[in-house]
Amino acid sequence: MPDAAALLEVKDLRAAYGATEALHGLSFGLERGRITTILGPNGAGKTTTLRAICQMVRTSGSALFDGHQLVGKLTEEVVRLGVAHVPDGRGTFTALSVDENLRLGAHVRSDKARVGEDLERAYARFPRLGERRRQQAGTLSGGEQQMLAISRALMLRPKLLLLDEPSFGLAPRIVAEIFRILRTINTDDGVTMLLVEQNAQLALELADRAYLLETGRVALSGSSRELMANEAVRRSYLGV
Amino acid sequence: MEGVLHQIFSGVANGCIYGSVALALVMIYQATHHLNFAQGEMATFSTFIAWALIQRGLPYWAAFALTVAISFVGGLVIQRVILRPFERAPVLTNVNVFIGLLLILNAFSGWFFDYTVKAFPSPFPQESMLKTAYFSSHEVGTFLVMMAVLLSLYAFFRFTPVGLAMRAAAQNPDSARLVGIRVSWMLALGWGLAAGIGAIAGMMVAPIVFLDPNMMAGILLYGFAAALLGGVDNPWGALAGGLIVGVLENLLGAYVIGTEIKLTVALVLIVGTLTLMPAGLFGKHVVRRV
Repeated sequence: MPDAAALLEVKDLRAAYGATEALHGLSFGLERGRITTILGPNGAGKTTTLRAICQMVRTSGSALFDGHQLVGKLTEEVVRLGVAHVPDGRGTFTALSVDENLRLGAHVRSDKARVGEDLERAYARFPRLGERRRQQAGTLSGGEQQMLAISRALMLRPKLLLLDEPSFGLAPRIVAEIFRILRTINTDDGVTMLLVEQNAQLALELADRAYLLETGRVALSGSSRELMANEAVRRSYLGV
Repeated sequence: MEGVLHQIFSGVANGCIYGSVALALVMIYQATHHLNFAQGEMATFSTFIAWALIQRGLPYWAAFALTVAISFVGGLVIQRVILRPFERAPVLTNVNVFIGLLLILNAFSGWFFDYTVKAFPSPFPQESMLKTAYFSSHEVGTFLVMMAVLLSLYAFFRFTPVGLAMRAAAQNPDSARLVGIRVSWMLALGWGLAAGIGAIAGMMVAPIVFLDPNMMAGILLYGFAAALLGGVDNPWGALAGGLIVGVLENLLGAYVIGTEIKLTVALVLIVGTLTLMPAGLFGKHVVRRV
């Protein structure tokens, strides 16, 4: 079913680490301007799905992004099409300053004049980063590093933002702040998001649509509301 | 006393050259975690190019600039054509490639320019305001040229977007790809820069040691000693290491062990550093999860 609104259309996506296949033919679509989440237990292939979209693992199948086939491209070419990835572990350049990290996020942009503008927007969004702009990124707290990772990804002005466990290892108060800001980024700037989360409750509250992944396959899909009402999901992932 | 001072100053001048060879090594090491054994032969070949240009009647500084440019492009091409296929190969494969490159460049130097020892001109006039009782004008000139090189490199890495991208690519290649940096090209640029720095070091050292295909063999050993002593992942350490090695070598050579076995100093420093403090003076201890 070709979907005109789909920004990313994934079909029969397979990914392997060496001889071990981690994704066994995944198919899903991302609606433009919406937040989609991928849920699932450890080892289901959530992180691998994001890495496969960015071509950071050996991939086969099809991933059509805005009319471009991603499979077979280099990671840096995928990024240049407007896909920003906030990886697990945040991928901070720890020895560089906060300012340099953000500038690197805009590395491929040609409108250099407006990069300064976006820098200020990032600092307005997360004032704590603004206070630390000359500081080495490695000296930031976990929450600040996550804010930096998200801000760096946004410096690309991406069409699609991939988020890998943004709540990981953070205090609930910080997580709430980050998720509130993700919501405003989606509504104000219309950035499409694909969110991978361990915390199913949080993810389903933020997302419009959800896929449940089990051992490299889509086990269940639907709107967030539907999944939240699903008995199996409630028992296994929401703990109610 | 005057003699000691003279030895120290001339050690500083040599140290600048060792430091810049070390810097070229560090630059490639930071990005790839490989030590480029062919660095010396690349510099020698570049110096031969400069010599040939000067023989053709080009003014010294024109030949100098042209040689640096040719070397930069040469380094870039070497990385793209010869090393890129081995980017993901094991360390020993790369070591083999480096040694192959070393032999090829050494043979090319001899083939194109023959093995006779050649005098190479110094751009700094013998009788000039640079010359004093303690150091020759070439020593001061070398020092100034190398400082200019270091400052421009510092400015390049610190203040330009490409320099920033190169630092990012060396530090965290995966994240660099995720912001769209063409990491492989950054490696090539690093090779270009290293070749350019090597060329300058070669042209500065050639008037002292004379030019022949094996000119840089000893210098490269001092360069290795400098890089390891300073900490092989630290560019400032490379420079400091170079200065220490230069002064130490000169003093020991003049007063303790004699000039014939000076090169031993480099070897002792290499073995000593690796066994006693592998991270060097200014390097960071890398703890790796296994």
